[in-house]
Amino acid sequence: MARSTAVPHPLGSETASSSAMSQPSREFRFPQWLIALLFIAPALAVYLLYVVYPIFQSFLYSLRDWSGIGEGTFIGLDNYREALTDGTFWGAFRNNVILVIASILIQLPVALLLAVLLSSRFRGWRFFRTIYFLPLLLSTVAIGLVWINVFDPVFGLLNGVLDVLGLESLQRSWLGNEATALPAIIAVVCWQYIPFYMILFIAGLTTIPEEYYEAAKLDGASGWDAFWGITLPLMRGIIRTGAILSLIGSLKFFDLVWVMTRGGPNRSTDLMATYMYERAFASFRMGYGSAIAMLLFVFAFIAAGSTILIDQRRANR
Amino acid sequence: MAITQPDSRPADVQYQTPGKVLGRLAVYVTAFLWLFISGLPFLFVVVTSFKTIQEYMGDLWALPAALDFNNYIETFEGGIGRFFVNSFLVSVASVILTLLLAALASFPLAKMRFRLNRPLFLLFLSGSMIPVHVTLIPIYTLTNDLGIYDTLFALLGPYVAFHLPLAVLIITEFMSQLPHELEEAARIDGAGPFEIFRRIMLPLSVPALSTVGIYTFIFVWNEFVFALVLLSSRSNLTLPLGLMQFSGEYSINVPGLMSAVTLASLPIIVVYLIMQEKVVAGMVAGAIKG
Repeated sequence: MARSTAVPHPLGSETASSSAMSQPSREFRFPQWLIALLFIAPALAVYLLYVVYPIFQSFLYSLRDWSGIGEGTFIGLDNYREALTDGTFWGAFRNNVILVIASILIQLPVALLLAVLLSSRFRGWRFFRTIYFLPLLLSTVAIGLVWINVFDPVFGLLNGVLDVLGLESLQRSWLGNEATALPAIIAVVCWQYIPFYMILFIAGLTTIPEEYYEAAKLDGASGWDAFWGITLPLMRGIIRTGAILSLIGSLKFFDLVWVMTRGGPNRSTDLMATYMYERAFASFRMGYGSAIAMLLFVFAFIAAGSTILIDQRRANR
Repeated sequence: MAITQPDSRPADVQYQTPGKVLGRLAVYVTAFLWLFISGLPFLFVVVTSFKTIQEYMGDLWALPAALDFNNYIETFEGGIGRFFVNSFLVSVASVILTLLLAALASFPLAKMRFRLNRPLFLLFLSGSMIPVHVTLIPIYTLTNDLGIYDTLFALLGPYVAFHLPLAVLIITEFMSQLPHELEEAARIDGAGPFEIFRRIMLPLSVPALSTVGIYTFIFVWNEFVFALVLLSSRSNLTLPLGLMQFSGEYSINVPGLMSAVTLASLPIIVVYLIMQEKVVAGMVAGAIKG
């Protein structure tokens, strides 16, 4: 699905070609390309100013030792050199990788399970779907503030639930502990985004013809067989789409960590984006922050580019 | 979207075998388990928002003694109303501008043939892959240079720009599927390109526009990082930043914070409950293409 969107309406421009827009007319007309550009100009201007230009600007900033005030001094690639030997940066990178892997391995299977569950249309499924979807609508700030209090060591919901279940030994200060802070945040990320992949997979499931399952049933296949033999192979494309979205999303993750831990305790939840923000806007090392931002951009580009490339190569085979 | 399709499955009229009963039990156990996981935090928020601080520090499972709206009143006294107005203004303005600019750009991209058509389309598309953090520092300096730092106008540029790729994609795809006989007929009647856009393209594209509009509204309402970088004074904050502000000020007043969270989330949840299918479809279409 992600791939198909990259192909712009091949028919659209063809069918329009015969239209009267390019036909000679009685009176003087602006040339077609000029009319087109006039329509596109406002969007293009905003886009160039706020998306394209900042990328080049970011690169220029990354070559400077600059606090945000004045011009700073040109230092070539020193910021990059520093970043590549900066243990904190690589710690943040490692956390990003952990987040990517955990997101894909937890979110996608759980989402698929829930999607299959809801697609079985058990009694009351609409109600369940309504509630399941809710986390996706909240702002990440709201989610972070709620979960800080869920994880609270004294008054928190999680320790309260563990208490009821007789698992007091598991109670701890979830976000205050270097070993549990990142897993706790990953749990919240999953809580927030599983509904998204669930809805994505439900959309995918409805494209599988019901006859396949009926045929399998006649052949005596169990529901389990049908899942492995029909559902999973036919869902491969959309699962891959989900994995790509999860990968890209996890690389640029910021909000939740910033709200819940600011990268702490002791940098155990630092991500590339939070480290970049902290360097640039708290330590006022705008040049160094820009270099980290450029590295983040390059990583995201490589990750997205390589998955799309692999995707295409597989499709061509 | 596919989810809106009616239930096509025939009702199961089969005899209850032990395996089937067990299977159904497993379905419900899993369904309730996830209901518990996804729903309990919401319940926690709403129940806590009615507690006093003393009650909050007491028994976790006790319900508040009375339906006490004091926390809500307090958040209004703390200025949540202002954050609401700011968020509303920014969200509405961003949605209108995004839809307008994207629809204008999509018309020629979908319906006209000119040399730059495809390169421009791909230029817009590639924007959805760019992490916002790369643009954060330059947009911060740009906003300062424009003299709009710490105003709501500062947010419009990035919000519109970063929703354009998706909006252009969805609206262009939609418009290119509209039969071109319509424009042809209008043209014969003497309508110019702008008239065709305004009289035919725009009204016919309402389904695509509403999908993009819902998606953009929800994301702008909840947006955090640009607001964090581009706003500073309290009277200019949007809701997500206002919540951060509250969390700093309230420290131990968790019930107060939870009532602010409830209020801030309520508009989106109400919209969702009223037009669920549309919101779900919009979020999925948005995220798949984005």
